[in-house]
Amino acid sequence: MSAILETRGLTRTFGAVVAAMNLNVRIDQGEIVGVIGSNGAGKTTFINMVTGYLPPSSGEILFDGHSVLGRQPRAITRLGMVRSFQVAQLFPKLTVLENALVSLVAAEGPRPSFLCPLDTPQRRAKADAIFAEFGVSRYRDVLVSAVPQGARKLVDIAMALVSQPRMLLLDEPTSGVSIEEKFALMDTVMAVVRRHGVTILFVEHDMEIVARYVTRLMAFYSGEIIADGPPKSVLGDARVQELVIGHHLDINALGVAA
Amino acid sequence: MSFPKHLASSTGSAVAIAALVFAAGTWVLPPWLAFLLTLAFAKGLVVLGVVIQMRAGLVSFGQALFYCIGGYIVGLASQSLGISDAFALLALATGAGILMALACGWLLTRYREIFFAMLTLALSMILYGALVKSSALGSTDGFNVAAPSFLGWTPQGDAQKQALYLLSVAVAAAVAIGIHRFMVSSLGRVIEAVRENELRVEYLGLSPRAVLFSNYVVAAGISALGGGLTALASGHIDPDMAVWTTSGEFVFIAILGGTGHVFAPFIGAIVFSVIRTFAIQEAPHFWQMTLGVVLLALILFLPKGLWSLIARDKPAEVAT
Amino acid sequence: MTTLIAILLDGAIYASWLFLVAAGLTIIYGVMRVLNMAHGSFYAIGAYAAAATVGWFFSGEHGNPYLSYLLLVGCALLAGVILGVVIEQGLLRFLMGRDEILMVIVTYALLLILEDATKLIWGVDPYFAYQPYRLLGISDIGDILRFANYDLALIAVAVFIGLAAWFVLNRTNKGRLLRAVIHDREIAIAMGVNVNAMFAATFVIGAVLGALAGALTAPAISVTPGIGVEVIVLAFAVVVVGGLGSIGGAAAGAVLVGLSRSFAVHIAPEIELFVIYGVMFLVLAFRPQGLFGQTLARRI
Ligand SMILES: Nc1ncnc2c1ncn2[C@@H]1O[C@H](COP(=O)(O)OP(=O)(O)O)[C@@H](O)[C@H]1O
Ligand SMILES: [Mg+2]
Repeated sequence: MSAILETRGLTRTFGAVVAAMNLNVRIDQGEIVGVIGSNGAGKTTFINMVTGYLPPSSGEILFDGHSVLGRQPRAITRLGMVRSFQVAQLFPKLTVLENALVSLVAAEGPRPSFLCPLDTPQRRAKADAIFAEFGVSRYRDVLVSAVPQGARKLVDIAMALVSQPRMLLLDEPTSGVSIEEKFALMDTVMAVVRRHGVTILFVEHDMEIVARYVTRLMAFYSGEIIADGPPKSVLGDARVQELVIGHHLDINALGVAA
Repeated sequence: MSFPKHLASSTGSAVAIAALVFAAGTWVLPPWLAFLLTLAFAKGLVVLGVVIQMRAGLVSFGQALFYCIGGYIVGLASQSLGISDAFALLALATGAGILMALACGWLLTRYREIFFAMLTLALSMILYGALVKSSALGSTDGFNVAAPSFLGWTPQGDAQKQALYLLSVAVAAAVAIGIHRFMVSSLGRVIEAVRENELRVEYLGLSPRAVLFSNYVVAAGISALGGGLTALASGHIDPDMAVWTTSGEFVFIAILGGTGHVFAPFIGAIVFSVIRTFAIQEAPHFWQMTLGVVLLALILFLPKGLWSLIARDKPAEVAT
Repeated sequence: MTTLIAILLDGAIYASWLFLVAAGLTIIYGVMRVLNMAHGSFYAIGAYAAAATVGWFFSGEHGNPYLSYLLLVGCALLAGVILGVVIEQGLLRFLMGRDEILMVIVTYALLLILEDATKLIWGVDPYFAYQPYRLLGISDIGDILRFANYDLALIAVAVFIGLAAWFVLNRTNKGRLLRAVIHDREIAIAMGVNVNAMFAATFVIGAVLGALAGALTAPAISVTPGIGVEVIVLAFAVVVVGGLGSIGGAAAGAVLVGLSRSFAVHIAPEIELFVIYGVMFLVLAFRPQGLFGQTLARRI
């Protein structure tokens, strides 16, 4: 297995706050990596750095063996690493369909045409297929600002996947989503991701979800990774239970993935 | 702010019909009205430049920069280079506006909101200051622009006025169709996306700045074209074309018409010109005050402009 | 050497004037996030009110001529308070929290209304109120330099207002609250600061400062229609150079722009106008947020 994403000594400070401290992460093709950690542990900062939104204070980031340090998010997206956001980042005053059409045209190339219309039957068909896959077809012609939270998060993830990336980083995909909807949302996402063979890393607070889906778990605490490995061992780790989860966890009750 | 689908498909023919109706007016309209419409179409072009930037969420308080450049280029080319063909002059004006935009765009597209508004304003004021001080260009008085020829034909008297009127109708119609296509094109729709959320556009793999830059250049081109047309039609140019209150007038018309459709700026410009003609006759000291009051009323009660009175609503806002 | 002194003094005078003009604009923006285009009208109305009153004062025997300075300040206070209260209470408070750019358009509408109102009240003929300017006489500096004492006094006034603003913001409780609002409005609201009262007070103070700048300038110029429109663009340039919303920034911006202009006037007068905007574009090209402004990266 070759590493798709690798960081070496990745560090980022905000004034006196150390949001990332010497992170050495190596993620292989096809892994499903979960990230846990309390608020402010540095999870979002990690995603922001590897996708080019925040420059690290020091360290190196390799995607597919090539350094992406100093590249803009748009360049990294074009290399095949995309993300979703803790708060869905969509175009609120456009309809869900229009949101998808914009993503589709962006996936076609960096210079959208100023003559050919955006709205073509081909793109519409592609968008419809995506909506069907994500189960959001009924919101197709609704303004995003009027779409419920759960569906909005799905659209956010769908838009990231339109460009057929090789790696997907999800920042708290289920935050703001009701308990009942969480598993459905994750089932949908994981099904799509598996079908397209995308490597995935996602941040999650719900240990049940983590236990159900991931093949590997990383625990962030105060800018550092304090545990990394199979979910069973990470969740069973005493330091993780004390510092991240905050109480003793019965891992057997969670039904950790094999 | 995207426009209604049922209009999108029929816009081309609607523009053509409107253009034919206006063209037929050449032989019917009283001369003062034809002249008013000529200038209103020219102004509508400049306002269209403001409107397409509003679609990107940017308000230019300095569109008069390009309006003035277009006007002066036409004046200079006609006076110093001896070019008299209206089409060549307008092409030069448009080209000059685009060149200027290419030069300024790299700096301006770094800014948003009030910064963009005020920096565009400052740029136009620099031009204003330069023109006022250059005696070679007539300082504050400006200079007169000779009547143009049309592909070798040089009409006289009334025919000259009619030709200019027809030219303005034709140019406005052509630009309206072109800009309409631009507005529904991939890039044109991405512009709305940039207004809504630049971060997402960036993460989709596009450069918001590049998108805004293209839009800025297009806006500059049509505004300069409008300035050139104004110079031809009025036969005179002066530095007041660049002063920021002129830009303010364009913003006013843009808000009056709304950003819903390519027609809106032209409707706004016509309504504006008609009202101004009467207001200046009846109560010259209340003109700006009237503008101010109407502007406040529009913002408070009709935020989508006159066009929203005509257009139907957007798609359903609430899920069913 | 003489030229250098002339440049520095000219620069200081111009900078003081710029600071007076820009201070109100930046305070209102800092607290309310309203870039007030009508600030130029406040300036113009202050100038007209002062020029008309001072003109009346000197038209007959109305007491000690030095009282005219009190009149200048009194006119500015009256004009500023009336304008500030009417506009804030009558319009702006219904629009607070809307888009910054929308507020620019709203205040632009106000500017249009006030411009005509000014003409309706004071007509279109120029007003002169040079007596307070002459009264202070002229200083000879060295052999050839002559400066009007009124202009030099303007420097003192600007420094005084700058220090007063600094004192209020840093050494009084109300000022600290105001800084809290400038720094983070949401948190200030959460802490229970009465933001609406703060806005009202700020707008009135800003309007008074604008009117005061006009009133103090009136004796040095002929007061004609359109002076307000020129001023707003300059004030904006200064404020942007310093960093929108910061008083210290306005001072720094005024000094930088004032000195640059004065160098240009003495050395290459034809580029005077470009220098002002040139400084602005240079600063912005390297520090888009202005000298003292802070950028807040969007947290995602
Ligand atoms: N743009 C920023 N400016 C200042 N501090 C920041 C910024 N982004 C994050 N931080 C700080 O860095 C730390 C890590 O934040 P973050 O990565 O968002 O945590 P998480 O996503 O794990 O909740 C926190 O202390 C946060 O306050
Ligand atoms: Mg986070």
